[in-house]
Amino acid sequence: MAPSRAPDFTRHTYDVVVIGAGGAGLRAAIAAREQGMRTAVISKSLFGKAHTVMAEGGAAAALGNANPADEWRVHFRDTVRGGKFLNDPRMAELHAREAPERILELEYWGALFDRTADGRISQRNFGGHEYPRLAHVGDRTGLEMIRTLQQRIVALQQADAAELGDPDARLRVFPETAITELLVHEGAVTGAFGYRREDGGFVVFEAPAVVLATGGIGKMFRTTSNSWEYTGDGHALALRAGASLINMEFVQFHPTGMVWPPSVRGILVTESVRGDGGVLRNADGKRFMFDYVPDVFRAQYAETEAEADGWYDDPAHHRRPPELLPRDEVARAINSEVKAGRGSPHGGVFLDVSTRLPAEEIRRRLPSMHHQFKELADVDITAEAMEVGPTCHYVMGGVRVDAETAATDVPGLFAAGEVAGGMHGSNRLGGNSLSDLLVFGRRAGLGAAEYTAGTGGRRIPYEAVEPKAREAAEHALASLKQGTGENPYTLHSDLQDTMNDLVGIIRRGPELTEALERLSRLEERSTGLSAPGDRVYNPGWHLAMSLPNMLVVSRAIAAAALEREESRGGHTRNDFPEMSARWRRLNLEVRVDGPGGVTVGRRPVPDIPPELLALFDPDELAKYLTKEELPETAADADEEERA
Amino acid sequence: MSERVFRVWRGADEGDLTEYRVEVNEGEVVLDVLHRLQATQTPDLAVRWNCKAGKCGSCSVEINGVPRLSCMTRMSVFAEDEVVTVTPMRTFPVIRDLVCDVSFNYDKAREIPSFTPDPATSPGDFRMAQVDVERSQEFRKCIECFLCNNVCHVIRDHEENKEHFSGPRFLMRVAELEMHPEDTADRRAIAQDEFGLGYCNITKCCTEVCPEGIRITDNALIPMKERVADRKYDPLVWLGSKIGVRPKDTPIVPNVRHPRE
Repeated sequence: MAPSRAPDFTRHTYDVVVIGAGGAGLRAAIAAREQGMRTAVISKSLFGKAHTVMAEGGAAAALGNANPADEWRVHFRDTVRGGKFLNDPRMAELHAREAPERILELEYWGALFDRTADGRISQRNFGGHEYPRLAHVGDRTGLEMIRTLQQRIVALQQADAAELGDPDARLRVFPETAITELLVHEGAVTGAFGYRREDGGFVVFEAPAVVLATGGIGKMFRTTSNSWEYTGDGHALALRAGASLINMEFVQFHPTGMVWPPSVRGILVTESVRGDGGVLRNADGKRFMFDYVPDVFRAQYAETEAEADGWYDDPAHHRRPPELLPRDEVARAINSEVKAGRGSPHGGVFLDVSTRLPAEEIRRRLPSMHHQFKELADVDITAEAMEVGPTCHYVMGGVRVDAETAATDVPGLFAAGEVAGGMHGSNRLGGNSLSDLLVFGRRAGLGAAEYTAGTGGRRIPYEAVEPKAREAAEHALASLKQGTGENPYTLHSDLQDTMNDLVGIIRRGPELTEALERLSRLEERSTGLSAPGDRVYNPGWHLAMSLPNMLVVSRAIAAAALEREESRGGHTRNDFPEMSARWRRLNLEVRVDGPGGVTVGRRPVPDIPPELLALFDPDELAKYLTKEELPETAADADEEERA
Repeated sequence: MSERVFRVWRGADEGDLTEYRVEVNEGEVVLDVLHRLQATQTPDLAVRWNCKAGKCGSCSVEINGVPRLSCMTRMSVFAEDEVVTVTPMRTFPVIRDLVCDVSFNYDKAREIPSFTPDPATSPGDFRMAQVDVERSQEFRKCIECFLCNNVCHVIRDHEENKEHFSGPRFLMRVAELEMHPEDTADRRAIAQDEFGLGYCNITKCCTEVCPEGIRITDNALIPMKERVADRKYDPLVWLGSKIGVRPKDTPIVPNVRHPRE
């Protein structure tokens, strides 16, 4: 098929269009359909393959099955601690309150979580969570979750087939379809434009409400646990539609990715290894994490190996092992050990579970990890230590949304899951992503349904939408030529090096400035890309279309990282190593400003309501908040201490 | 680093094998080499993949004739001078190069009556022992790579059977639901009559190619065959259905067999 200069569109009309078919997207679609909305789910991959499938450890929910002392307030407190008090407090509250209900709902749709002795959902320990809290299935929890949601969608389609004669009547999945542009008319969303991977045909979705559930951004970095899908599409679509992104400087580097062989560098090694007893050692065999417990966490973490080891069986009388500090702390610690020359042969550190659990138990609790290391690295984790190092894993930043409805600044546009910002503050706790997807996926679906219902059936005429769609089509076809332009794979590779080297786990002002300059040059090159071949399933062409998204989001990250002159969570500045109470009060907000350009503004972080602030010890609050913000008693105590 | 010869299927159902000489490094898997071909020699080579960690089941192909995940096939399994031939799955129509149209599988999934809890229960009511969920948990490890359906001779060699046979993947899904401790539907009759369980003659090819090591034949298909036989030939069950005291068979989901465009 020769590339066509007069593109034809396939048009679809829906009440709600959900972009993304991972946990958040599927949960949003289920919610919208249950409200009676005709709903489309658009997936870049096949149905059921989204990145959620790679989540391993579990979904955090204060069910209290493993420890009856657990409840949503404790979960809220852990989440805000983990996020270093930068979380949107209302989001963190809703998440902690609603996660248990969402997990039980999955079980009622057929999910089979691992069980406790009395037949309830079992819960496992994870970094930063005070009690065992993660509902899980071995180390393949994401697969269970996406399969359950997928099968729930099928169940709803079956109900529609019985009632209406057509399974796709009210809920249809568009697999291997990618959205390249949102359609906006007079400031409000009217739909989305994209292409089918299968034949390169263009598709226009007309809908009053669009939910972004596109996941993250990891493919801008060289070393990442993320799949090819994570090109920041939703972040970029939102920016170009006029919405704002917050917290983009906060990128989570998971402490434990594989480091050897090179072809698997970055693939995730689940935190469950540490939750179930695994420890980190350097080349000298030392459990180095004891040297890296920061002041803010000193009170909750063990100081000796004996105390740490006692915690697994008797958590009431022992403090937690420092291997279970939040991810940002552990990642920085590993980075420091390697830089100090105490790393493993291939530039990581050792993660050992072989001397901590019987081989049979390791195979039962960590089957995927056992399989992964055996198959890909010739390492038997029941007999020897793994080599691990930090890998780009998650972006805390995302589209700024309303906590209750997931609505963005743009009427008709909603966002949930990793593409949304605020919930996790400056650092996400393990296990809080899967529960985030469910809680806010559902809220986004409900929010979008309510919004569409509120439009009273008023539709923007297609004539108003069409010019923007034609423009998007021209843009999409620009790189599809046999000319002498640049290979998109080369540009992508250069972008990954730029982000990895200059905007990585440890940042410096001058390097961030250099990153922004390099990004400008990459943006220039991106206008001259060439993807040979035709429109049928052409990966080079698809990459060329996603590179502008990656570039603008990279710029958002680098610009926000340069602006924030402190270190907190997933943002570490070598030139500003301290955490600042003044900066804690500010979110950085990125918007687009002309082609490729971004502006960084500041907006106050919403205050934590007094009844939730009271969950924290005044001494702890004093480490994070400015004096004016502290409740009176804490401020006084602080004053006395200084005096 | 060494240079290896790859032969890769290019085109759709009509097409041919194209030969490439390509660099291979220590520790790499076949998917790494396909990606290097894309990046350096042929950017439009169609390959379906996502996680590159054996968890999503997207990158199913046939390597030297054996159905495998390309992300979990290490180059070290081949002899130094062995030519590596990569072709798309044979049972499904080819869209382009190594990418197949696998919609057959999604259609079959929609025919199976979904999980059906007792309507008198609510979320949070279930109490299930670990030992009871483990049987279905094994089948839920399935990453839907569809290699089992690809290798199954019932449809690999007989296009005409596709209408009446769901393949190991979805017969296993039926077994998973039948063994779910809280499910109340009875899919035994339709397993045989609609999904073609009887076509399976236990050659275990599906089990052999399963990248998750699920014992599809032994743990799902054979026990399902036994349950079907029990329902059909047990005289007490027969009597029960005659006098109407046996719960009804769950029918196939209506209006899904030929989904409309």
